[in-house]
Amino acid sequence: MTTPAAVNLEGVGKRFGEGTGAVQAVTDIDLTVAAGEFVSLIGPSGCGKSTLLRIVANLIEPSEGTVLVNGKPAGRARLDQDYGIAFQSAGLLEWRTVQGNVELPLGLHGVGKAQRRAQALELLELVGLADFAEHRPSQLSGGMQQRVAIARALARRPALLLMDEPFGALDEMTRERMQSELIRICAETSAAVVFVTHSIPEAVFLSQRVVVMSPRPGRITEIVDVPLAGRDEDVREAEQFFAAITDVREALRGRSPVTDEGPA
Amino acid sequence: MLLLALILLAALWELYKLVIPEDGVRLGDALILPRSDDTSMPHLSEIFGAFGKQEVAGASGTVASSVVSAVWYSLRLAAAGFAVGVAIGFLLALAMQRLRTVERALLPYVVLSQTVPLIALAPLVYGWSGNLTLFGLDWQPWMSVSAISAYLAFFPVAIGALRGLSSPPAVQTELLRCYAASWWQTLVRLRLPASVPYLIPALKLAAAAAVVGAIVAEISIGLPGGIGRLIITYAQQATGDPSRVYAPIIGAAVMGLVAVGGVSLLDVALRRYHTQEQAT
Repeated sequence: MTTPAAVNLEGVGKRFGEGTGAVQAVTDIDLTVAAGEFVSLIGPSGCGKSTLLRIVANLIEPSEGTVLVNGKPAGRARLDQDYGIAFQSAGLLEWRTVQGNVELPLGLHGVGKAQRRAQALELLELVGLADFAEHRPSQLSGGMQQRVAIARALARRPALLLMDEPFGALDEMTRERMQSELIRICAETSAAVVFVTHSIPEAVFLSQRVVVMSPRPGRITEIVDVPLAGRDEDVREAEQFFAAITDVREALRGRSPVTDEGPA
Repeated sequence: MLLLALILLAALWELYKLVIPEDGVRLGDALILPRSDDTSMPHLSEIFGAFGKQEVAGASGTVASSVVSAVWYSLRLAAAGFAVGVAIGFLLALAMQRLRTVERALLPYVVLSQTVPLIALAPLVYGWSGNLTLFGLDWQPWMSVSAISAYLAFFPVAIGALRGLSSPPAVQTELLRCYAASWWQTLVRLRLPASVPYLIPALKLAAAAAVVGAIVAEISIGLPGGIGRLIITYAQQATGDPSRVYAPIIGAAVMGLVAVGGVSLLDVALRRYHTQEQAT
């Protein structure tokens, strides 16, 4: 038995509203993300990349097309907890400690107290917040809160991670460290990742493939392969890295019919 | 601060008596400032002294003991009304939060309910006595008082709880949806804790409303034993002893403070859920 693709989208489109006021958010999306593959979605504001991610997460239903996650319909995959998710805003529960927030998805699915605790501490170690387990979210900086949210997304050891600009709020140094951590985590857990970002270097460093999208209506204009040898810190200064960045930048510029808005 | 405000109020009262002539200040025939004679405004010492007086000449009970037992009686009626009102208000809020249709259908009536004058309702509810049987229990007059208490108390709870239960931002409700959390789990882990900062002020309002409702209902129904009836009784004796009019009023005020104070204890117990405003 072959492992099913982490994500399989066929002819997916989404309209918001009805009649003449309807807005076509995304249209005609075909995309397959293999198990363990890292794919980024990049494009200017309004290109529907977040909408696409939310369709995969089964937070919104597509107007047309089929969505398979781990070979199952998206709704089933959500109920089975086949993916972990991290949003732009951390959305931590203020009345829980940092550790309590990471334990939330575990507690919801009946993981015992001792195991919850052990797993949460391990995850906090991973994101560099082991010393802050007993703190309240309000005592942390925005970047630290986001790291808690990432630890929480990893709590169920999902086969698929959906991330909507999770590093957008972090400072550059932390951001690069988190990117490397994410690469390591993916290698360890062999989780596939669909990663929405505005940053070209981030997309290139993290991804095996970068999906370039354009707005009105949101669609895929090009899928750029990133042929990097490895994903260690040296890669950030390698010739191939810059070549790939140029490649993605040109894909963003060249194929986008609307250039007045520019990448936000 | 509270003590300071009380002292200031007391000083103003006595100052008024000192400065303003006993017949008040008149401009032509119109009374501009009320009288300050001992019948209209007894000295504070007399007002508080009244608590020590005998209820009826020769009897053993004092005014203070009458007030205390009346407060205790009314407080229990108000507490029963408060409990029922909070339960109904909260269930309404839950239903309205769960289904937008219910909110659209119900919310206008919830608001409308509070525009009906309480005095108009009291005789209606009183009429239930002897005519209504609930779960094998005959409707008692005291239940009418508690029912009116509940009628006033449910409103702030329904409104406050609805706002509180709907307060979590989209990112949090979506997160719970991603975790395939059930409606009940979402309620217990997210909506309830998030609603605490909205619920506490609502419960304080409800506690005060329950007390007011009980007193007004006692007066309009004419139920003996409570502070409402005592206010009327002592007011009727005002010509003989003006100082004791204030005794049950002070008792009623203390009763309100006790009720709201009880909710404050809950507030302290739930302190850790009170951090919404610090969210970044």
